[in-house]
Amino acid sequence: MYSTILSGALLGIHASMVQVEVDATSGLPSMSMVGSLGSEVKESRERVMAALKNAGIDIPPKHITINLSPADLRKEGTAYDLPIAIGMLEALGFFPEGSAKGILFLGELGLNGEIRAVRGVLPIVREAAAIGISECIVPEVNAAEGAVIPGIRVRGAKDLEQVMVFLLAKEKERETILPVKRIFVNNIFEKDHLQAGNDFSEVKGQETAKRGAKIAAAGFHNLLMLGPPGAGKSMIAKRIPGIMPPLTLDESLEVTAIYSVAGQLGERALMTERPFQSPHHTISSPALTGGGVVPRPGIISLSHRGVLFLDELPEFQRASLDSMRQPMEDKQVQITRTGGNLIYPSDFMLVCAMNPCPCGYFPDRNRCRCTEPQIKRYAGHVSGPILDRIDLCVELQAVGLESLQKEACGESSAEMRRQVETARKRQEERFQGTAYRFNGDIQAADMDRFCYLGEAEKRCMKKLYEEMGLSARSYHRIRKVARTIADLGGEDHIRTEHLLEAAMYRPAQEVWKA
Amino acid sequence: MGDLQKEQVYYIQWLTSNYELFGKLQRRILEAYPDPREIFQVSKERWEELLPEKQAGMIWKRCQAESFAAMQEQYEKLLEHGIYYVAHGQEEYPKQLNEIPDPPLGLYYRGRLPDGDSLSVAVIGSRDCSEYGSYVARRLGTYLGEQGVPVISGMARGIDGISQQAALEAGGDSFGVLGCGVDVCYPQSNQRLYQTLMGQGGILSEYPPGIQPIARNFPARNRIVSGLAMAVVVVEAAQKSGTSITVSMALEQGREVYVVPGRITDRLSDGCNRLIKQGAAVYTDPEGFLEELQETYFLQHISPTKKKAKKAKTTDIREELLPIWKQLGLSPKTVEEILGGLADPISVQDCTIKLMELVLLGRAKQVSAGHFCKT
Repeated sequence: MYSTILSGALLGIHASMVQVEVDATSGLPSMSMVGSLGSEVKESRERVMAALKNAGIDIPPKHITINLSPADLRKEGTAYDLPIAIGMLEALGFFPEGSAKGILFLGELGLNGEIRAVRGVLPIVREAAAIGISECIVPEVNAAEGAVIPGIRVRGAKDLEQVMVFLLAKEKERETILPVKRIFVNNIFEKDHLQAGNDFSEVKGQETAKRGAKIAAAGFHNLLMLGPPGAGKSMIAKRIPGIMPPLTLDESLEVTAIYSVAGQLGERALMTERPFQSPHHTISSPALTGGGVVPRPGIISLSHRGVLFLDELPEFQRASLDSMRQPMEDKQVQITRTGGNLIYPSDFMLVCAMNPCPCGYFPDRNRCRCTEPQIKRYAGHVSGPILDRIDLCVELQAVGLESLQKEACGESSAEMRRQVETARKRQEERFQGTAYRFNGDIQAADMDRFCYLGEAEKRCMKKLYEEMGLSARSYHRIRKVARTIADLGGEDHIRTEHLLEAAMYRPAQEVWKA
Repeated sequence: MGDLQKEQVYYIQWLTSNYELFGKLQRRILEAYPDPREIFQVSKERWEELLPEKQAGMIWKRCQAESFAAMQEQYEKLLEHGIYYVAHGQEEYPKQLNEIPDPPLGLYYRGRLPDGDSLSVAVIGSRDCSEYGSYVARRLGTYLGEQGVPVISGMARGIDGISQQAALEAGGDSFGVLGCGVDVCYPQSNQRLYQTLMGQGGILSEYPPGIQPIARNFPARNRIVSGLAMAVVVVEAAQKSGTSITVSMALEQGREVYVVPGRITDRLSDGCNRLIKQGAAVYTDPEGFLEELQETYFLQHISPTKKKAKKAKTTDIREELLPIWKQLGLSPKTVEEILGGLADPISVQDCTIKLMELVLLGRAKQVSAGHFCKT
């Protein structure tokens, strides 16, 4: 007999439907699986056979052929265990034909029949809903993430037996056996908002760094923090996602999909907070950008819509940092495989931290004993292409006892976020109808259009250019940052004050050259 | 010594091009043979009496291999490359150097030689100087340049280069003495200075062209720096530094040593402050210093080429900027420190903007991403 069961395959963070076909005929008893299968999919056979036996099913000796269609789409992962098992049961006559019709199945099977977690449930369920499928059965631990998709009924199953009972039951009894998982999305968002996390008011002193962080968050500019160890660079970096506006539902679905595909979602329904990733500097290229034998999203994709924090920037391998260049340019990572290309999004805000010199205390000449060539060599270690993408550079000093003992009195994260949101709204209006989202993205060609300068401002820029020996790149950077500063101040036009302040934050590369 | 004959100069130049014989060995040879033309006739045994075995064998071989014609050709080739030579004993030899205990036997130079009749000042100090040291060196160099007093130094990173550059920019002369051949620009970072010195002063060296800057060349070089000048100004020196060696040599040579005092909390002023304790003269401003110096020597500096001082920035500082400007010092300060010192508090944003305005006016300098100082 022939049966066909619905399932899904992951392509990057999107999905594509897969038909699991099972054909059982008389002939020499055997079981073969075809359809461009990855090694763990081929292993399904063993798992499914053991699970079925432990569920009390006696497999009759038949010639069984299983095909995962489309046959030229590469299949990876363990989610096909469940649909294969169900397909076999139907083909061997254990269910009436059509019991599993219109239901999408996903799940890994344990040898004892347990249904275990799989990656990528959200994107697959989303795709299924989009093409009109109305029911799916997924592992219980993954049910929440599927349930956020509207227009499709998602049920979470514990083990194979439960699913069998469900399929054999009558229509009206089914709800009690495997209830539909319901998630109220708005509740999730509200609840997480109220959570007190890290707050900027806890950071003592470092006023310029806090201002820099605010500007960076408002315009999605990349930020570099210089300072001695212990000055508070990580502390500030961690708090930046908290002052960015909350994720919209669409952004949240995007980020959740990425985490689901990476297998990092756990039992959560949705990611509601902006991601913050801080990889150790020994990280390799594939771990950073994604890829690997079985393609997974890299750290930069896990930072999508959030912050990627590179602490101790000079310690990172050049090769790893270089591999980030193209993804930062394209805002996505393209991974090439023989079966086709995968795309993982990677639109993140880069925050880097490093010492200003090998000992960390430059330019305090009393403490810093580094010679000029030593400092230049240290600066040279840092990846040029990465520094080129930094729009803002701030310095932190070692915190003095006075500051530590003062009562926390700086702006709170909530206050800073309010200001950032105002600035973001202005950018939304400005960039409507264009491909841009934030000031940080503006290309040189569009400078005049979005960062218009009046006569007085043009003169000021000229003086800055000459006095400080700016390059064309930093000229554009200063204009972009000035645009964000003006937005933060609620102003439509960039004034000389904004340009002057932006000039102070010009990246360290310029200053080191001096 | 009387005026040397041209031929003798060739021999001395040839002799001093042997780097391995530098120092007392070369001197020994010339003492034994005041007329250097005789060198080529010296027997191997005689060489071995005069010099250690290795050097004796080496020089004898070279003498055998050399001919007067070849020597002359080599000398002319130097001239083609713009490298001149003056031997001790020639009229052109800088006469200040005649007074020192061990004057160089010969000097290679590009550009000119410093004039023995006019007042010149050597400016030395730390290679890793602070903003304070750099400011003082620049001001001194500029003033000396304006007054037509040549500045002598080693063209090194830090104080040396800064004072020489400033003197040249003010239209004055400067001479750099190198610890390597005059065709080697060391350090590389002072390439521009090197080029300007060739046209507006000179580059001198005791060492033949091609010799690289090895550490052991520098103390010997330093004696020439102080030897060419009437006075030495030490701008910044840490406790253990090459500068202190130069100072001892200057004192031996009978030169006036002026020292710039510094904060007792600055490690870079430890050497200077110690010298003051030991009795060195104190330098506090260029005008007073030069006046004193001229009194001491009863010298009128030649050609008062008071070049027009670089146009001082006459922009008045706006009233709102004054409190910020007053907070600035020669040591770099952070924005937070400046804010903390203000009587009337302003926002971080406001302070940043005002500081940048001062930078544009040329009154302040951004030393690093978060530090500012006065210019």
